[in-house]
Amino acid sequence: MPVIFITDAFLFLLVMMVIAYTLYARQHAHLRVPWHDVAQRPLAMSAAIILVVYVVVGLLDSMHFHPRLEATATHDAIYSSEVVSVLDLMLEDLYQNTERTYSAPLASHAFSKEMLDLPDGKQIRDYPRLIYGGAHLDDPAVERGADIAKHILVGLAYGLVISLVVSSVILFLLSRAHQLSFKQTWHKAWHNNFVVSWTAIIITLNFIILLACSIYSLAQHYHVFGTDKVGQDVLYQAIKSVRTGLVIGTLTTLVMLPFAIMMGLMAGYFRGWIDDVIQYLYTTLNSIPGVLLIAASILLLQVYISNHANDFNSPEQRADLRLLFLCIILGITSWTGLCRLLRAETLKLREIEYVQAAKAFGVSHFGIMLRHLLPNVMHIVMISIVIDFSGLVLAEAVLSYMNIGVDPGMNSWGNMINSARLEMAREPIVWWSLVAAFIFMFVLVLAANLFSDAVRDAFDPRLRH
Amino acid sequence: MMSYILRRIAYAFPILVGVNIITFVLFFVVNTPDDMARMQLGMKRVSEAAITKWKAERGYDKQILWNTDAESFEKLTDTLFFQNSVKLFLFDFGRSDSGRDIGYDISQRMWPSLAIAFPSLIIGLLTCITCGLILAFFRGSYVDFSGVIICVVMMSISGLFYIIGGQYLIGKLLHLVPISGYDTGLNAIKFTILPVLVGLIGGIGASTRWYRTIFLEEMGKDYVRTAKAKGLSESRVLYRHVLTNGLIPILTGVVVILPSLFMGSLIVESFFAVPGLGSYTIDAINAQDFAIVRSMVFLGSVLYIVGLILTDISYTLVDPRVRLN
Amino acid sequence: MHVYNVQLMTKHIKIINRYSANTHKTLQIILLLLLCSGCDAPWNNPYPNQDSAKNIYYDSFSERPKHLDPVSSYSANEYVFLGQIYEPPLQYHFLQRPYALIPLTATEVPQPQYFSKDGQPLDEDSDPIMIDRVKYTISIKDDILYQPHPAFAKNASGDYLYHDLNTEKLAHIHTLSDFDMVGTRKMSAKDYIYQIKRMGHPRIHSPISGLMEKYILGLDEFAETLATIDKQTPASNYIDLHRYDLPGVRLIDDTTFEITLKQKYPQFIYWLSMSFFAPMPWEADYFYAQEGMDEKNITLDWYPVGTGPFMLTENNPNLRMVLERNPNFHGEILPRTGELGDQASGLLDDAGKKMPFIEKAVYSLEKESIPAWNKFLQGYYDTSGIVSDSFDQAVQFNLQGDAELTKTMQDKGMRLLTAVTTSIYYMGFNMADDVVGGDSERARLLRRAVSIAVDYEEYISIFANGRGKPAQGPIPPGIFGHIAGKAGINPYVYKWHNGKPVRHSITYARELMAQAGYPDGRDADGKQLVLNLDSPAAGPGSKASFDWMRKQYAKLGINLLVRATDYNRFQEKMRKGTAQIFQWGWNADYPDPENFFFLLYGPNAKIDDNGENAANYKNAEFDVLFNQMKSMSNGPERQDIINKMLEIVHQDAPWLWGFHPVAFSLHHAWYKNAKPNLMANNTLKYKRIEPRLRSNSRTAWNRPVWWPLVFIMILTVSILLPAIIAYRRKGTESIL
Repeated sequence: MPVIFITDAFLFLLVMMVIAYTLYARQHAHLRVPWHDVAQRPLAMSAAIILVVYVVVGLLDSMHFHPRLEATATHDAIYSSEVVSVLDLMLEDLYQNTERTYSAPLASHAFSKEMLDLPDGKQIRDYPRLIYGGAHLDDPAVERGADIAKHILVGLAYGLVISLVVSSVILFLLSRAHQLSFKQTWHKAWHNNFVVSWTAIIITLNFIILLACSIYSLAQHYHVFGTDKVGQDVLYQAIKSVRTGLVIGTLTTLVMLPFAIMMGLMAGYFRGWIDDVIQYLYTTLNSIPGVLLIAASILLLQVYISNHANDFNSPEQRADLRLLFLCIILGITSWTGLCRLLRAETLKLREIEYVQAAKAFGVSHFGIMLRHLLPNVMHIVMISIVIDFSGLVLAEAVLSYMNIGVDPGMNSWGNMINSARLEMAREPIVWWSLVAAFIFMFVLVLAANLFSDAVRDAFDPRLRH
Repeated sequence: MMSYILRRIAYAFPILVGVNIITFVLFFVVNTPDDMARMQLGMKRVSEAAITKWKAERGYDKQILWNTDAESFEKLTDTLFFQNSVKLFLFDFGRSDSGRDIGYDISQRMWPSLAIAFPSLIIGLLTCITCGLILAFFRGSYVDFSGVIICVVMMSISGLFYIIGGQYLIGKLLHLVPISGYDTGLNAIKFTILPVLVGLIGGIGASTRWYRTIFLEEMGKDYVRTAKAKGLSESRVLYRHVLTNGLIPILTGVVVILPSLFMGSLIVESFFAVPGLGSYTIDAINAQDFAIVRSMVFLGSVLYIVGLILTDISYTLVDPRVRLN
Repeated sequence: MHVYNVQLMTKHIKIINRYSANTHKTLQIILLLLLCSGCDAPWNNPYPNQDSAKNIYYDSFSERPKHLDPVSSYSANEYVFLGQIYEPPLQYHFLQRPYALIPLTATEVPQPQYFSKDGQPLDEDSDPIMIDRVKYTISIKDDILYQPHPAFAKNASGDYLYHDLNTEKLAHIHTLSDFDMVGTRKMSAKDYIYQIKRMGHPRIHSPISGLMEKYILGLDEFAETLATIDKQTPASNYIDLHRYDLPGVRLIDDTTFEITLKQKYPQFIYWLSMSFFAPMPWEADYFYAQEGMDEKNITLDWYPVGTGPFMLTENNPNLRMVLERNPNFHGEILPRTGELGDQASGLLDDAGKKMPFIEKAVYSLEKESIPAWNKFLQGYYDTSGIVSDSFDQAVQFNLQGDAELTKTMQDKGMRLLTAVTTSIYYMGFNMADDVVGGDSERARLLRRAVSIAVDYEEYISIFANGRGKPAQGPIPPGIFGHIAGKAGINPYVYKWHNGKPVRHSITYARELMAQAGYPDGRDADGKQLVLNLDSPAAGPGSKASFDWMRKQYAKLGINLLVRATDYNRFQEKMRKGTAQIFQWGWNADYPDPENFFFLLYGPNAKIDDNGENAANYKNAEFDVLFNQMKSMSNGPERQDIINKMLEIVHQDAPWLWGFHPVAFSLHHAWYKNAKPNLMANNTLKYKRIEPRLRSNSRTAWNRPVWWPLVFIMILTVSILLPAIIAYRRKGTESIL
């Protein structure tokens, strides 16, 4: 039985908007040219592929449903009140295979010693074997290294096959589209002579496939990133956190965009008292320290939730509302920057001849803003969306640290860092949660930064030559 | 110029009133005065009578924005909002809910904040401008390319990692500085080293990259080409023209944040246990001390507006073409 | 070590020398600076270096004390300071167990005298209903002086120097230390009476005034009188309490006074050891109430005036609190007798010596546990608790299952102390709830099934590193009424097996569920049973415990929803009774079972009266027994009644009894006379420090490691070097 959370709906709406924008951009030269410029850059395309992988993971994690509980002797089959996502189904092994408590990455024994009952009834204090990690080994001390290497190699072998197939399919489709021979296509791609930097795409894809396959192969028998305090797989948490990061990074912009654009254009176009009111509004909002605003609003939501506790029948739903609310409140604190930029740009644009001409022809104010002003400020919007993304993903971590971020029960990198912070004091140090969150977050933010650099270079008229 | 400044100050009033309304509404939707009283009176064995008494003493028994029981003007004036806001505008912060004089506390706690924020700003500026200049100078070379990559990489790391890593490495493993804490006078120096360093490293990526762009933009301008054509050496052009002209947007950008340095950094201060205004605010939120939260929000807004005015003035100072009107 | 580094540094300088003379100079200066500051003292010393050899005790605190007025303070983090400053008549013996009260300023522990309505003396054993008045006569020692304080300062003609202050005179005063003159005076029985009267003061919100009004004769009317007077003179802060009579207290002579209670209340004696009953000189109250003092933050809530071994000399809760030895302290000796084994563990080595041993105590603010822990390891705090995450580093369990320090900690000379706390962390059912609450058999079975399913043994081992004892009932070990071993187990949750309590099997719990009408956790309609847990925890790590809790309920097929809220919201829910299941804890005020059973006493229900019975548990039989038990003295009869009460609550299971935390604390080798005492707050005076050992250890443990700095410098230079060369080349040619 499918369940659609509000953020799910928004995410899919966002994907549809991106598709619509792509179709639109293909037809309009002023958009197509800069995008081709972006596509030409190998680094940007590698980054884009990584972003796409993250988005796919995020979308898989956004298809939620109630699983079916099979019928028992006394009862009919019912739908569980639990909510899981398609991604959970795919990662079911990782989710189910929980240990008792901490274990290091790829370990076969627990992290700390425990009382063990020996078969002869005696008790000793030693590292117990894990329930799942390396459980298939008879003597981990001897076999583990070789076994890990074996699994990596097997994974790489599968990965190699898959990546060969994928690469050939891409090249084949390319050669069909451009009516070239396979060899010519290969040659042209290698020298980066296509509009899109296919070499970068193929190399990145292959790299990801090889990595994913070897991790998949290892994850069958080990906890690749270890387990946390209650024995949950850290890799699972890190992957589940992808969605949270994406939602914060994109929905925030989506939520604030209509306001920012409308207000910015109106302020610049009408000037006068409308301008005054809008300026007043954003100066006021801007002058309140953002963290205080966020803290107050999150507390506000908590009050609402606890007063309406019965409206939420699952913790996931509650966490989702909090996430959405966080996006909205982050949006409120961040729309002012874009609004100000748009206002300044519109002030310039409204004096340009064709806008004046449209006015003289009696085109309505709304029409002018929509037809003549909006398309001319879209590059600013575009740039600010991509630049804001990485900042927002990083902000989530900081807010969660201060307990005013996402729901503490939700998987997020901020929550992972927050709990890992205390684990740093352990001796030997429990580093894997922190490192896993670091890697996943770093790759996403780095990719977003690289991609946004390319977009800015391509769209910013000041930088274009 | 004088009249412009006066007008800007007059404009600030409605903004501050707006800020106050938002703070009041947000705070009182979240916390009832009863909650605040319980928080202050302690958790065990608090009687209803004590709560009522506490509220009456601090005026929290009044209605928040609009007093329906009062006559004519008093409908507006005999409210929690009015009573508290008027004093704020006179910079009389009053007493915190726990009974302390907020003005005195602020005057004490702004120094640690400044001791961290000011060196961070200056050292950060010097380092980032130097790095930006180096990258711009070697544009297109391996230095530039790897420099930009390092900047992007450093930008992509959450500030929390720098703090955690810094404390772990420098404080715990290397024993170079105290892990956290603060002291008065000259003893404060050893405590500020780590927060300043972490602040510097956390901000170096983004700033360097930004400054590099500014310098590059400046280098692309006609006068630089002319200067080069005249036969001036590259370094001379760089120092004389590019640096001085590039500094204008950088410094005017700094002016806007100058006043807010007083407010301190919430996260750095709470991680390093620095008794500044940042941790003051966080503590107040946690303790639901509304009087402090209100004062700090107000102070933050005032400083922000001061920053805006200072920026405008600094523009006219560095660029005679800009006129204020 | 140092020598080696210097060589490395000079070599490094030579390399650079070839390229740049300037860098050479700067480096030399830096080197000099680094070496000088690193000569002897560690660089990371958070305290001034000149204090290293002094007899100062270092500790940390995590939360700023809200109140330091002894009549309004009621929290452990405030008692850390207040306990050392104020002296109530009684105290707990430092070494003796079970906890015993001994005189502090009193000459002996007062015995209650009972009187009937017509004034006839009665026995202790007589029917509580017969008892109309209870009198405690307290004599105090004659030689006690207050700490030096400006409130006592007098001029040559004997007038108070600072009793006619106003805003003008205070213009240059910012803290208490800005007053030039101080004075003292002898403490008198009047000061105790004055303090008891302050409980009724309308401007001071004493948290126990409600409770004391129930017992102390006339306190309720006294408070009302004061409230009316306060309304009549709203401008003045000072009410002269001497002018109003409180019938419940009577001055007999300068060293003797009497307290009269309206009914029998054997626990009253314990309150006499808390700072609510410390002496308060009227001079202090008058002094602080003067015009302009409040505005300067100079209040009794901030600057205490006591007779104790220490006085607060610096109160900067954002940074540190400093206690210094009170020069006027009347003197006290370390007890000569203790518990069995105290002699062996060296606790009696200082016996008979004059206390306090420490000159000064510095408490620094540490909000984050990790920096605090690391500073303890570096020797900058003398003692520390252990947070769960650093537990494995410090402590391991040996083969017998006893806790001992790890090798590294032993090598540092640290010591470990453990004590089962007189606290309980429980999970309560809201008895007013339709599903889990109420007196129906169905709900009772459900509660018992859950009690079995939630495996607190596992909880303790995962979340508390084994530092806890699963509770069999509300009474923690060390308090009268607790029974250890087989006789004390809760038979509805545990069975006795191989000499230890073992939880009933989960199969049995599932059977109970089926009997209750929830086979496999599904109700009559076949729907999964959903329960809500309210918890005030929201910090890091709470996610893990919530996940764990859900797993426990899932064993019975119950879907547990965890609703984490902030503490205010949580309390509101508890008051309104809208929670279903909740987690909470209780710390004993005094070592008496009454202090735990009253959490389940019907008339104390939270929803009715905002009492402390958060589960809103009401059982008529239990309530009757409670009233009987409450006014009995410890003995087999009381134990019988307690056993009956325990049986009732075991059967009804209004709480999952949870566990009693075991407190682990570490201290360094230079910290002497440490024994955990969970009741006493005034333990600083017993502590002794060996500063020389501490100073040496700190130096040895904190040798700065600075080769990475050198390495980073070399790295930076080697990266930039080609660039600099290129720059030089470029700089000399002009570019067209």
